[in-house]
Amino acid sequence: MNYLKDKKAILIIILSYIIILTLNKLDIINSYLLQIIMLAGINIIMTVSLNIVNGFTGQFSIGQAGFMAIGGYASAVITTLLFNTSSWPVYAQTPIFILSLIFGGLVAGFVGLLIGLPTLRLKGDYLAIVTLAFGEVVRATIRLINYVGGPRGLAGIPRYTNLFWVFVFTLLAIYGARNFVNSSFGRACISIRENEVAAETMGINSTKYKVLSFTFAAFMAGVAGGLFGHLLMFLQPDTFSFLKSNDYLVFLYAGGAGSISGSILSAIVLTVVPEFLRFLANWRIVIYALLLVVLMIKKPEGFYGGKEFGFLKLKKRNVTREVSQDPAPIK
Amino acid sequence: MTTILQLTMYGLQLGSIYALIALGYTMVYGIIGLINFAHGDFLMVGAFIVFFLVQALGGGHIPYILVAAVIIIGMVLTGLLGVATERIAYKPLRKKPRLSALITAIGVSMFLENFPRALPFIGPAPRPFPELFPMRDFNIGGVGTNSVQLLMIAFSIILMIGLHYITTRTKVGSQMRAVQFDKDAAALMGINVNNVISITFFIGAALAAAGGVFYSSIYPMIDVYMGIWLGTKAFVAAVLGGIGDIRGAMIGGFIMGVAEVLATAVNSDLGYGAGFVILILILLFKPAGIMGKFTIEKV
Repeated sequence: MNYLKDKKAILIIILSYIIILTLNKLDIINSYLLQIIMLAGINIIMTVSLNIVNGFTGQFSIGQAGFMAIGGYASAVITTLLFNTSSWPVYAQTPIFILSLIFGGLVAGFVGLLIGLPTLRLKGDYLAIVTLAFGEVVRATIRLINYVGGPRGLAGIPRYTNLFWVFVFTLLAIYGARNFVNSSFGRACISIRENEVAAETMGINSTKYKVLSFTFAAFMAGVAGGLFGHLLMFLQPDTFSFLKSNDYLVFLYAGGAGSISGSILSAIVLTVVPEFLRFLANWRIVIYALLLVVLMIKKPEGFYGGKEFGFLKLKKRNVTREVSQDPAPIK
Repeated sequence: MTTILQLTMYGLQLGSIYALIALGYTMVYGIIGLINFAHGDFLMVGAFIVFFLVQALGGGHIPYILVAAVIIIGMVLTGLLGVATERIAYKPLRKKPRLSALITAIGVSMFLENFPRALPFIGPAPRPFPELFPMRDFNIGGVGTNSVQLLMIAFSIILMIGLHYITTRTKVGSQMRAVQFDKDAAALMGINVNNVISITFFIGAALAAAGGVFYSSIYPMIDVYMGIWLGTKAFVAAVLGGIGDIRGAMIGGFIMGVAEVLATAVNSDLGYGAGFVILILILLFKPAGIMGKFTIEKV
């Protein structure tokens, strides 16, 4: 049964890819809309990555845009500054693009490991505060590095990101996250979220699993940053301020922490809806903010909290899973 | 040497404002464990209320008694805004996962920034802030300063001493500390927890408004986004000193201000990052901040 569900999901995803592509070829979806769809895909990767740390491991990281910046810059350095890949033959561009994305992810993951090792030993809100500071330090540091353009930003990045690669990486992120959550690593992370002390009593090395999920999330955010840079063809450190991190927090908690489906839905909805509200001009963000406050008051668990699409459900044997998004407050 | 003293002077002035704003963060965090992202915007609201009151009084130089009245009105109105924010956006979520309240805080912050921005008579353009205090230059041993700077530092310190008095010597203060210590036990002792939380928000927002007015008196430009960066830095100051601890917020504010000004003197981008680097370093060695007590979790 699960196999069938899996196949149905894959079918739907391939179909939606073909539909978007045909609509684009028929000029019903113009390049502006297509760009928003691709941004939605990148936002899905970011939200899912944040979900692994905040939703499944129960930690509280609020500087995810910092990893996005690191990944974006690292991959852009490879394709733009180290090698002038835009003059390369087309068949060589794709492999170097993919390699640069993975490189960006690895750099971000390594930095995540460095940040995570000392801070994840601490309990409480320290991770939140350190990650907030970390995001801003990344931004300030990039502004100081003239090699990547400093505060002016890095221009001339070739546009390698297209719908196909966004789809591929979004799917990899979703399935990667699902399999991670489904694995023994993921179960350990969930047990830490539910009760860290109890998890440690059961022999789970909580620091190890927290660092692991944090690093994994940083890697995903790095890859998303690479896609982002090669989509906009321009990177500027101020794009990745804590306001961007806040966006992803909003995506995550509006959709429901601990639900990959919620992240997917809210990343799509909250990326697309503001674009359709553009006719409201200055009132757009006011209404967005009001809607957000009302949503969180009416449905604090997020609009898809505690639920999953069929193909993302945990495989369980007569076990019901309770989703609590917040570990007991630590006094 | 004189340069360093001079920079320290600027640092103290900036630090006293950070400290005022950090107090609000730390009080709210101490009492309901919420990082109030909207706190930075209270200071913007305070500055704008004072700006429009002064405009209504004819603008320019107004008598000092009116300046005091205007600032106090601004603080009270902003305080009420703080109370309203808590009642509308945070109170319904108090028993819910803590992070939901954080997201509404982000929503409130977006609203407070963008609602004035959308109003035609405020809009996104920065405005010059009126000169509220007499401007006279001094020179103490080669260190240049002016009356506004000194007044702002003095006022900030007076407000902080006042707050310290309230929290340690009055009934409301001991109620606040009781609620911070244990909300349920405090409620059992007959303390009206809701009122205490409202009072905390009132004081925090009022102090932020004062901070906003003082900041705009020294750097006389206001716009709807001024609260974002100021608020973030003040938050870092609060954490630096030990979040939840009022003395810590003051110390953190001054450290943050001096460090930032000194680093900015080297490189303007360094200045922005310096505070955050100090924060990370302090948290690595003293995870609860300078004044914070690190408690061991018991099961």
